Amino acid sequence: MDHLDKLEAQSVYILREAYREFKSLCMLWSIGKDSTVMLWLARKAFFGHVPIPLVHIDTHYKIPEMIAYRDRFALEWNLNMIYGENSEALADKLTFPDGTTDRLTCCKYLKSEALKHTLSGEWPRYRMDHEQRRYVVDEGREPYTGVIVGVRADEEGSRSKERYFSPRDKDNVWDVGDQPPEFWNQFKTDFAPGTHVRIHPLLDWTEQNIWEYIEREKIPVVSLYFNQGEGIRYRSLGCYPCTNPVLSDARTVPEIIDELKSGKFSNIAERSGRAQDSEDGGLETLRRDGYM
Amino acid sequence: MNGRAQMNIVIVGHVDHGKSTVIGRLLADTGSLPQGKLEAVRESCRRNSKPFEYAFLLDALKDEQAQGITIDMARCFFNTAARDYIIIDAPGHIEFLKNMITGASRAESALLVIDADEGIKENSKRHGQMVAMLGVKQVTVLANKMDLVGFSEAVFEKLKADYTAFLEAINVTPVSFIPISAREGDNIASHSGRMEWYKGATVLEQLDQFVSEKELQEKPFRFPVQDIYKFTRSNDDRRIVAGTVAAGRVQVGDEVLFLPSNKKSVIQSVESFNTDPKHVASAGESTGFTLATQIYVRPGELMVKPGESRPEVGSRFRVNIFWVGRAPMIRNKSYKLKIGSARATVKLAEICSTLDASDLTSSQSKQQIDCRDVAECILETSRPIAFDTTAVSEATGRFVIVDNFEIAGGGVVVENLSVGETLLQQHIRDRESNWEAGLVRTEQRAIANRHRAKFIVFTGAQGSGKRVVAKALELGLFQNGMNAYYLGVATLDRGLDADLGSHADSAGERLRRMGELARILTDAGLIFITTIDDADDYDIETLKLLNEPNDILVVNMGESSFSRYQPDLQLADGGVVADAVTLVAAFLKAKEIIIDYQI
Repeated sequence: MDHLDKLEAQSVYILREAYREFKSLCMLWSIGKDSTVMLWLARKAFFGHVPIPLVHIDTHYKIPEMIAYRDRFALEWNLNMIYGENSEALADKLTFPDGTTDRLTCCKYLKSEALKHTLSGEWPRYRMDHEQRRYVVDEGREPYTGVIVGVRADEEGSRSKERYFSPRDKDNVWDVGDQPPEFWNQFKTDFAPGTHVRIHPLLDWTEQNIWEYIEREKIPVVSLYFNQGEGIRYRSLGCYPCTNPVLSDARTVPEIIDELKSGKFSNIAERSGRAQDSEDGGLETLRRDGYM
Repeated sequence: MNGRAQMNIVIVGHVDHGKSTVIGRLLADTGSLPQGKLEAVRESCRRNSKPFEYAFLLDALKDEQAQGITIDMARCFFNTAARDYIIIDAPGHIEFLKNMITGASRAESALLVIDADEGIKENSKRHGQMVAMLGVKQVTVLANKMDLVGFSEAVFEKLKADYTAFLEAINVTPVSFIPISAREGDNIASHSGRMEWYKGATVLEQLDQFVSEKELQEKPFRFPVQDIYKFTRSNDDRRIVAGTVAAGRVQVGDEVLFLPSNKKSVIQSVESFNTDPKHVASAGESTGFTLATQIYVRPGELMVKPGESRPEVGSRFRVNIFWVGRAPMIRNKSYKLKIGSARATVKLAEICSTLDASDLTSSQSKQQIDCRDVAECILETSRPIAFDTTAVSEATGRFVIVDNFEIAGGGVVVENLSVGETLLQQHIRDRESNWEAGLVRTEQRAIANRHRAKFIVFTGAQGSGKRVVAKALELGLFQNGMNAYYLGVATLDRGLDADLGSHADSAGERLRRMGELARILTDAGLIFITTIDDADDYDIETLKLLNEPNDILVVNMGESSFSRYQPDLQLADGGVVADAVTLVAAFLKAKEIIIDYQI
């Protein structure tokens, strides 16, 4: 087994463990490369099927191509696709692009709050109806107690401390100082009522591993990751007002891998194009508050 | 494809002995830091008027820098020409022992950092002990802060001798000792000019010299069954036995044996998604199989090859355990054991000895296992499980114990002790000797009732029609003037078992309560009838024991999920209900439970 085989085997094991132990489970799909690889790993784990609902938080500021891509594969791969949103903040125009909040507050409203209330079932969920080929309001409102998230330990400091199975209390709070032990491959799969758990199958993957796996498995990813001839591409995807493309000539997956290995990005942090990270507190403050 | 080798290394040691500094140095000296990271940390130090330290690179979280100690284990990635490394920085502070163990359990090799100036401390020993127990075979000791002792060879040699003696006492042979100064960079990536007397490897060279674990493929095949999948609703009829191969290899056509159920089948296919067809699966692979015959197996069983050396099956075993739970481990309390893919209810049966991991003093007299104790003890599960002793197979000989939703301890199985009286047998002996009977004797009841008492259990697959037959039997016996009583198990969920919740872990307790209930109702003279889906040998043997001294009658309908147990009566499923009832009644008559039965 090479290193990708090992990473794949461990992630598959974690996904199956989650599916075995949690009755009310969902997987967050941001449409980005990491959670798309995670979705692919679920197809590996369940032999072509994805018996877990996929949840996407639509901020309505996502680059339109991301939404088109999401819906295409939701239909093609027969996914149980669900999205949620903060319709109040959007209606009241409480967003950074509207000029009424700073970037971090906008993230909090459109992502953290929307996510929290979509997971808990308090706000409406929209489910892809495969017969009508469009989204309908989902009747299921039960809270998800297990949430699978595609974070990687190499992304930034706070994520390097995560567990594969990480508990959150009722208010989504992550107690970094008191995390459960994980011995060998035995994880914390027992949870008291009222708490829920985040499951991180990609914790050991690096950005380079992700691209190597995309290359090996021929996983379709959004074309925004590639230079379309203008000498720019996205390295990390988010909302268009806060995500900037990077200068790059990489048109294909192998070219991206070269760029990461020895080229211009071998020493530059992946999220450097994400503006909210550089504000005070940045990602760590967001994460303590429930951001993924 | 990039086939580079990868290795997990854990770095442990007493608080403030410089683990994070070693890693910070390794990252900086191998050029593994993202651009700007070093500058950012230097800048933050300048703003806060603190001297820069390499350790700050790792202690990325705010509250960590505030406390100045590593709270959790952090992972960092770097590579040398030889391979890729994940360095796991385990916290040294005693409060965070469980995090240290989490880190160490994932590692193949360990770097143990000792402050040459301060010397061997409590955690230097405790961590050495833990690392050994977790099965990390390769340990290199780094004598850090050599700059504070004037790069003295004598200090280094003394520390080496003292610590080697300690390691020998716990059967660990260190790979090497390296004198370093992480802060100054001596002997990290390049040889120090200030310790000419040291001729050994630098830390970086040593990392590349660690050898990867011997291939598990050579060992006997072990496949803990993680789950059984059938995605019928997506038009997929494959019934797939899924899991990760813990050791050995298996191929299409191989005969396989499931334990503890003892069922056998043959591997029909190796299943996968988006790969070329596979015929073989070996250690480390997360895979799935279809079987040539339809047999009923459950998640938690261990699939092996009958021709190879067999794992142990038992419910009583000697273990080495370390405890990190807030509450101590005590007797007469039910815990949850997780070993391989199996989960079982477990109790602490006996404490043989406990060990204070810091000074290695042992005690034979402790009545409980406290937080941070290492203990040798005897555990007993409520039902038999399949496992290996750790000397035979580490992956299937390691377990954790869950107390009140938390992983509170972990350990390794040393010996199978499944002989002698079980806790259940002890319980029944105790119960019966304290049973307070009324003045009516069993025989008097039987004469008055014109039948004997009996516990009748119908079993078989879901949908085999056993409930319909069981209820019809109750009605038929009642209409013949007998005291028959049917109780549906689901009824108990909202009554007697309401405190147990819906989780599968409570199956053992449900079974116990059913058995105790049967003991009471048969004592009252009833013919007590119930049904159980897919009862296995163990379920029936438990009910039989719990119902003692009264009798049990087992009727199986359709496909049997027993492996050795012979039901008293075997009925076909899908037959005429009245005929089935007549057969059972005739059997009861033949056994002189009832005198007569009119249809």
